[in-house]
Amino acid sequence: MSSKLPFETIVEVHGPTVLRVCLAVVGGSDADDAWSETFLSAMKAYPSLPDDANVEAWLVTIAHRRAIDVGRARSRRAVPTDSIAEHDHQPDHVEPDTDLATALAALPDKQRQSVAYHYLAGLPYAEIASILGGTPASARRAAADGIATLRRSDVGPHDSLTERSTR
Amino acid sequence: MNTETDLTDTLHQALAVDPDHLSRLHHRLTAAAETERLLDVAYRTIDSPVGNLLLAATEIGLVRVAYALEDHDRVLQDLADRISPRILRHPARLDGVARELDEYFVGRRHAFAVTLDWQLSTGFRSTVLQHLAEIEYGHTASYAAVARLSGRPNAFRAVGTACSTNPLPVVVPCHRVVKSDGTMGGYLGGLEAKSTLLQLEAAA
Repeated sequence: MSSKLPFETIVEVHGPTVLRVCLAVVGGSDADDAWSETFLSAMKAYPSLPDDANVEAWLVTIAHRRAIDVGRARSRRAVPTDSIAEHDHQPDHVEPDTDLATALAALPDKQRQSVAYHYLAGLPYAEIASILGGTPASARRAAADGIATLRRSDVGPHDSLTERSTR
Repeated sequence: MNTETDLTDTLHQALAVDPDHLSRLHHRLTAAAETERLLDVAYRTIDSPVGNLLLAATEIGLVRVAYALEDHDRVLQDLADRISPRILRHPARLDGVARELDEYFVGRRHAFAVTLDWQLSTGFRSTVLQHLAEIEYGHTASYAAVARLSGRPNAFRAVGTACSTNPLPVVVPCHRVVKSDGTMGGYLGGLEAKSTLLQLEAAA
């Protein structure tokens, strides 16, 4: 007989972290889709997840794949149309429009993902390497490079508290 | 931003997550899970004159009603172990049950019409519980009488066990089973709850 926590508890405990990861990796407008796809896929696979699995690492791995899917779907939608397409997919919530979020969005994919998975999800670099491919050392280097760029972008705690625009 | 801790804090602030946003996402997830038939157990809680009640339903029907005394977290874990861990809080699936219970608690409903999922009770216990509906609203029956109804006149102890492990209290009226001398006997929701229900039914 399996002993797994009710999935509601998984959503409660890990939902906020997965949302931060999605916001960091795909940005505000696609984060909702990525989060929803992640938890729906996770719920499908949950009964067969080994009982001793690291649930957060498992969710981040799924979020990574779903984020790529969501990004692909978005670029497919954007290709054949003009600027109107940019407006028909507005986020239903406030973008994290701080300088730091902007700087994060500007990082190369691997750096942004490594920073998100290590600093937001708390995954060790070995785990990140198995998600992104490459070695733990290269994941560590990518995160370090990303962090260095974020520091150079000269944003601090004060900036991140700037007033948010409302919808 | 001098230390790693500062940086992590700053990232968390920059990517602030508000509870309303998460609750919208949760709503979207339960709707999608229901559509894709992944939601094996949906639950909600309601306030009632006998305290906070947990209601849980499978796709078949109402599978569990639990008193706060039973510890709702433990009950949900038990459902995860015995039915499926695909469990989400999803009040919509339990709207009908909640409405019938509201009516019952104000004395306007004497029998429940919701579909029940009996999978948590098996064998003779299940036979006993399915006979309880024959005890009419406002009436009581002794453990021995229920044993006779269930076809095993000597099994009054087993009737006691069936009642004390009833997965669907209130809806399946084990509170109407009392001792032969007229005293209440035990109750899985506590004696106060049992007497509240019996008084409610006597008054209506």
